[in-house]
Amino acid sequence: MALVFAGVCSHAPGITGRTHLAKPEDKDSFHAAYDGMRVSLEETRPDALIVIGAEHFANFFMNNMPTFAIGMGDSYEGPIEDEAWLGIKKHKVPGNRDLSTRLIQRVMQDVDVSYAEEWKFDHGIMVPLNFLTPRYDLDIIPININCQGPPLSPLARSYALGQALRRACDETPERIALVGTGGISHWPATPNSGKINEDFDREFLGIWAANKKSELLAYTDEDIYRRAGQGGFEIRTFIAVAGATAGATADIRYYRPIPPFAVGCTIGVVNLQQAGMRTAA
Amino acid sequence: MILYYLQKLLFQLNRDPATRKQYESDFDGLLMEYDLTHEEKEALGKPDIGLLYVLGVNGQLLMHYAALKGYAWPDYIQSMKDGVAQHGPVRAGIYTMVED
Ligand SMILES: [Fe+2]
Repeated sequence: MALVFAGVCSHAPGITGRTHLAKPEDKDSFHAAYDGMRVSLEETRPDALIVIGAEHFANFFMNNMPTFAIGMGDSYEGPIEDEAWLGIKKHKVPGNRDLSTRLIQRVMQDVDVSYAEEWKFDHGIMVPLNFLTPRYDLDIIPININCQGPPLSPLARSYALGQALRRACDETPERIALVGTGGISHWPATPNSGKINEDFDREFLGIWAANKKSELLAYTDEDIYRRAGQGGFEIRTFIAVAGATAGATADIRYYRPIPPFAVGCTIGVVNLQQAGMRTAA
Repeated sequence: MILYYLQKLLFQLNRDPATRKQYESDFDGLLMEYDLTHEEKEALGKPDIGLLYVLGVNGQLLMHYAALKGYAWPDYIQSMKDGVAQHGPVRAGIYTMVED
C-alpha cells in the first residue's frame, strides 16, 4: 500500500504530567489539537503507526549509541517513567515484528540502521500514543534518532532516513501512518526549562511545512544549540518526516508556546495527496 | 572527571529494577561498580542535585534522580540554579558544547 498519514507533534512530559501548571485554555486547546490529529489519523485507517522519536536515555546510552534504531518487537512497554510523574499508566504496546522486519530490510538498502527487539518507551513516544492511540490497539513501530548524546548525525542523514522509510512504506502491502515527534526550541530539564524561542520555532516550522530541503538541512548543531537549546536537536525527527514526504507541504494545525510544558506545543499534518503522493484507496 | 560513569549509573538506576533495588539496599556497593570521583559519590549520596548538574549530568537523566529523591518539579529546577550559584558554571557534558 503506502504511506497514508504523516505528521509531527510534541512530546514533552509536562503535556501529560504537569497539566495542572498550565493555563486551562492552553492545556485544553492543545489537547484538543492532539485529538484532532487522532481523528485525522484514524480516518486514514492505518494498519500500523511508525513513531519517529528522540528518546531520552531510556534504552540507548553512550556505551553503544545507535544513530538510528528501529523497533522489531511483537510488543513494547511504557512508560519507563513513574506513572504519576508522567500522568500515563503503564501499558503493553502492540508491535508488529513481521512488518518491522520488512521495513528494516528495505531501509537498510539505503541507510544503516540498528534494530531493537526490546524497547521501553519513555515520554518521547508515550505522550504521543496517549493521544493518538489511547486504547493501545494499533501496531506501533518505534524509530529512534539519537538527538541526545553527541556526536549526532548530520541533518541530511535524518532526511535520508525519511526517504528510505518512504520507499519501504510504498513497497509494503500495509497502510502505514507516520508521526515524527520532537521539540523545536526548548531547554528541557535544565534551569532554562520553560524558555521557548518562538522566532526560531516559527521560522523552522515555516521551512518544515514548505518542505524546503536545503533550508532544513542548513542548520548546524551549534546554531541550533544557541537558538533552540539542546532540545532543539530533536528537529531531526521533523526532518525525517520531511524526507518521507518530499514534495508535499504540511499544515501547522497548532503552535503555541506553553512554558509549563517547556516547549512550543505543535501539531502538524502533511498534505499527502499532493505532488504525486499515492492516494489511499 | 569521568562523567560517563556517573551518567551510566543514573541511566541504569532509571531503567533497571535490580539496580534500583541495590541502590536502596547497598548504596556503597553500587557505587563501587562505577568509576566515580569522590565528588561524584558525595553528590549522589547527599544528594546534591545542583552539583550533579554542574558536574555535567544531562537533565534527562538527572530529573528522574531528583524525582526519586522526592523533589517536586519546581524544587528540581531551583536546585540546579542554586548549584550554579554555589559551584559555578557547568563543567562538562552537553551543556558546555557552545562557549558563551
Ligand atoms: Fe524530547
